[in-house]
Amino acid sequence: MTCALPSLATAAAEPAPPFAVLAELTHRCPLRCAYCSNPVTLEPASAELDTATWKRVLDEAADAGALQVHFSGGEPCVRKDLEELVAHATEAGLYSNLITSAVLLDADRLARLKAAGLQHVQISVQDSEAEGADWIGGYRGGHARKLETARRVVDSGLALTINAVLHRHNIERVNAFIDRALELRAGRIEIANVQYYGWALENRAALMPSREQLLTMDAAVRARLPELAGRLVVDYVVPDYYARRPKSCMGGWGRRFMNVTPRGRVLPCHAAETIPGLSFETVFDRSLSDIWRDGPAFAHYRGTAWMPQPCQSCDDREEDWGGCRCQALALAGDAGAADPVCELSPSHAAVALLRDRDAAALGTPWRYRGG
Amino acid sequence: MSAAALIDEAARVRLAAGVMLRHDRRRGQWMLMAPERLLVLDDMALAVLRACTGAEDEVGGAIDRLAAEYDAPRGEIAADVLDLLNDLRNKGYVAA
Repeated sequence: MTCALPSLATAAAEPAPPFAVLAELTHRCPLRCAYCSNPVTLEPASAELDTATWKRVLDEAADAGALQVHFSGGEPCVRKDLEELVAHATEAGLYSNLITSAVLLDADRLARLKAAGLQHVQISVQDSEAEGADWIGGYRGGHARKLETARRVVDSGLALTINAVLHRHNIERVNAFIDRALELRAGRIEIANVQYYGWALENRAALMPSREQLLTMDAAVRARLPELAGRLVVDYVVPDYYARRPKSCMGGWGRRFMNVTPRGRVLPCHAAETIPGLSFETVFDRSLSDIWRDGPAFAHYRGTAWMPQPCQSCDDREEDWGGCRCQALALAGDAGAADPVCELSPSHAAVALLRDRDAAALGTPWRYRGG
Repeated sequence: MSAAALIDEAARVRLAAGVMLRHDRRRGQWMLMAPERLLVLDDMALAVLRACTGAEDEVGGAIDRLAAEYDAPRGEIAADVLDLLNDLRNKGYVAA
């Protein structure tokens, strides 16, 4: 494999091992959320890695030093071999997280997954009540099933995270999401304002909240944090387009995570395939250890040597690692630019214009994922 | 709703659901593995967790043992232990 871009990797030292591998088992999903961050061109079932290959990948993840695996997708429960893969991850010494819509996760399956060593289930919730949630997810009856499964997860002794995905159409109910997580006895809630990748980027004008909505939500969350201490862990993602400084995307490129796509491409983040000129190895080319150490896509934006100004001379360069490469591409047209979410970026003003234009586009219909 | 009561010496604590204590040979570190995150433990945190979550008694009993083991004033140990446990509880690593 070759990299079409000039090599900027100067670090001779071995990178520290990854902490976690995101195993995107499939792009298939019964839900059709318009904010999905999967690629707009979804992989078909026929392209997915088989069971034996995933088992090898899990062994290689542990060999590379990863401590956790996140079984994700798409909806990982559409894979008939999920229990087998969780059991294999457990044998390899990996801690297993399941990132799921939960609509396909019945009691028998949950019991089998727990027996296989699963530790944690993250369930996405589309709204605080069924009518809105089923409309957003594009799946009738989905919300009721999610609640039923969430209760079963807690009753079985597994850890539960509620992933509350917020956008224009539900952001005003953030308190109801928090109440739902408390009622379900979740240990943790992710208050996840939509991030604009994949389908969400296509649907940005149908999803972007207004500044007023955002400020109301932000105040509501901050007001509740004291009472939630010790009861519910809150992971709060501020919406990128309203931020002044970028998020530390993936904890830094090639620093903490590896992502394996349904067909076996090995990526530094799950949207990295949108970046032209980077070439990605697959699990059929080399081991995950080798790809992590010096794979061209991983080396390209790892560390700080690649950084342009204003990142290069910024005191925060090892805090936010320049933000998100995919977002720099989407908003500044250059994956090697500073994340335009940053107020120090020359493209920051353009982001504000896009945001305000999209936030004002009330009535824009979304295109459901896969539709 | 009011905030959860602080963990005191009468509390019993355990690792929260989905949390495990693990030694990682590669990095030579003890850590708490938890949902989608982990916490690297220093020697003191490891000793406190072992004393408080591995025993059948209350936090106060664990403080007695730690004070004896480290030959340190009980009051200082108690303050450090309770601070640490409350912090770990707020971050979701332990439950009372």
